Amino acid sequence: MNSIEVKNLSKVFGNFISVNNISFEVKEGEVFGFLGSNGAGKSTTIKMLCGILEPTSGDALVGGYSIATQPDEVKKNIGYMSQKFSLYNDLTVNENINFFGGVYGLENKLLKDRKKWVLEISGLEGREDTLTSSLSVGFKQRLALGCAVIHEPKIIFLDEPTGGVDPISRRKFWDLITDLSDKGTTVFVTTHYLDEAEFCGRIILIDAGILIAAGSPKELKKEYIKNKVIQLDCSDIYKAAEILEKENITDSISIFGNSLHLTMKEQIRSLNELEDDEIKIITDLLSNDNDLKIYHISEISPSLEDVFLYLVEKKTADEE
Amino acid sequence: MKNKILSITKKEFLQISRDKRTLMIIFILPVALLILFGYAITLDVNSINMGVYDKDNTEASRDFINSFSGSSYFKIVTYVDNDEDVNKLLDDGIVQCVVVIPDKFSADIARKEDVNIQFLIDGLDANTASIILNYVNAATRSYSAEITKEVLAVKGIKQYVPIDLEPQFWYNKDLDTTQYFLPGLIAMLLIIIAVILTSISLVREKELGTIEQIRVSPVTSFELIIGKIIPYLIISLVIAYSILLMGKVLFDVTVKGSHLFLFLGTMSYLLASLSMGVLISTFADSQQVAFQMSQLISQLPTVILSGFVFPIESMPFPIQIVSNFIPAKYFIILLRDILIKGVSPEVYGTQILYLLGFAVVFIFLAARRIRKENTV
Ligand SMILES: Nc1ncnc2c1ncn2[C@@H]1O[C@H](COP(=O)(O)OP(=O)(O)OP(=O)(O)O)[C@@H](O)[C@H]1O
Ligand SMILES: [Mg+2]
Repeated sequence: MNSIEVKNLSKVFGNFISVNNISFEVKEGEVFGFLGSNGAGKSTTIKMLCGILEPTSGDALVGGYSIATQPDEVKKNIGYMSQKFSLYNDLTVNENINFFGGVYGLENKLLKDRKKWVLEISGLEGREDTLTSSLSVGFKQRLALGCAVIHEPKIIFLDEPTGGVDPISRRKFWDLITDLSDKGTTVFVTTHYLDEAEFCGRIILIDAGILIAAGSPKELKKEYIKNKVIQLDCSDIYKAAEILEKENITDSISIFGNSLHLTMKEQIRSLNELEDDEIKIITDLLSNDNDLKIYHISEISPSLEDVFLYLVEKKTADEE
Repeated sequence: MKNKILSITKKEFLQISRDKRTLMIIFILPVALLILFGYAITLDVNSINMGVYDKDNTEASRDFINSFSGSSYFKIVTYVDNDEDVNKLLDDGIVQCVVVIPDKFSADIARKEDVNIQFLIDGLDANTASIILNYVNAATRSYSAEITKEVLAVKGIKQYVPIDLEPQFWYNKDLDTTQYFLPGLIAMLLIIIAVILTSISLVREKELGTIEQIRVSPVTSFELIIGKIIPYLIISLVIAYSILLMGKVLFDVTVKGSHLFLFLGTMSYLLASLSMGVLISTFADSQQVAFQMSQLISQLPTVILSGFVFPIESMPFPIQIVSNFIPAKYFIILLRDILIKGVSPEVYGTQILYLLGFAVVFIFLAARRIRKENTV
């Protein structure tokens, strides 16, 4: 059973195509990741799916209702946490909950029960009268999630919910998301953090409004990273990258913090089945340069980030 | 529906009570503007200090001078007898205007010739100068009208008043200027405050992104607008009555007509103004832009086109048509009558209907725009 069915959805602003003819499906109860770099069109897509932005063409069924023709019905079935911070800073925790409960038509006992739940998941019991502005970002984000789902929607859209939050709060937030999904809620979430995407059942990647890949994290890695990925730590990674780029042995070279991830070309592997050989080739190449010291070199299992960078580079190359 | 609107209204009240800037607009702006404009009007037009250089010094010339000193608008502070002193009076700022009567004044009048009288006005403050000029004109004309009447009477011709010039003047003897201007002033203050308050409050939600959270909820754009308007309607009603009270205390302007219609009229005018603010908010993306747009759209047309300062009957016809689109016009008609004369309650209903019409149109357009808005 599909919660969301997107069919050839596009959004054009003036003559700029923000979302370009994308189609995908999200199953009920799934945690669905929506990835893409800045300006890729994630927020635009989410707003269309929430019924607050009219599509230029195409349509989507959200909870069985068309976003183009029944946006009001769509709204009744969803929760949404926008990318911009969405609580009232000058209201207290309690007042925020009352307000969002009110606009969703909750009253009396139901409101009381849901308020208790929101306070519980956000860890704000006993701090009901604190002004929201004085809460730390992690608390605010959990409170915002609580307010966004106060009416127990079947589908929730979260637009970069964990931006600017410390790792522990991020973890707590994802625990909440997992809980909601376990109870049957469909969660549609965008993020920049590719480690978070690993928590998702399925993900799609978009770039410049175009859908470039879809599948579970495992499938994506298997499908796109057939080649070996080697991690290299050395004294000067930029110089190393420069040397290796000339040699035509890699598909892509990307910088991860202080190290390089080298996605090797397949041919090298077919020449020699011995794994160590690639490491040896690289070591030999780099040892020609006396200044360069290798601290560590090993093969790693590819991350989603590798997949992502590979796909974006490939798309750019194809376009050229 | 009631519950949703109330949630918005309640939230808005809480926010207002905690927002210093909004509280300032509510409590300080009206008082400051009223005192500023109110006194600007009264001080400038009362007791203009005048000097006199009477070269003629006859009964006729003294009579003419008396026509000035007799009104409360001129105070003759000194007489001089040479041109140098005239300049000195003006240069030293002792007087704001000097009247110079030529030596053949009475003789020319007797011979029914044209008489030229010189008025020297301190032009430093252009605004005051033009007001004085108007006064001097008015006073002189009414004096010459008197003469005309006398002359005709002497000749045994049936007496007739040439033209009643009075309505053309900014002032007339029977009508206190403050009383005349106060309704327009109240209309201007109220529309500025009402438009600024609503437009800023909505645009702030745009800036913060909280409006998205509301738009995605089952709250309709109509409910959102009503929920937003209610708190500001209550607040601006209180402001309106405070201004009326201040008008009574400071300028002695009291309610002469129906209190019920005063209330209904004020409420309809505020509704129109508040919904105009809502409509403006759909065009502005930042509070600053909203503030400037609000000021421009509410203040300027109200001053120029509503009949506040310039009488609508004396405007060119196309401008008269445009003035029909200014809500303040209808409120000023109603308020002037209620505050000054209280004589024609039959026109109140029409004005109120016009004002409510504005409110309905503005709300309808704003609701449409909020629903269709692409950005936010
Ligand atoms: N109202 C609008 N008018 C014109 N262009 C717009 C509008 N809204 C968005 N865009 C453009 O559409 C593109 C996609 O924007 P969108 O906000 O969907 O990106 P995003 O993937 O959410 O990016 P981010 O990760 O930075 O949030 C951007 O280039 C943006 O400038
Ligand atoms: Mg975004």
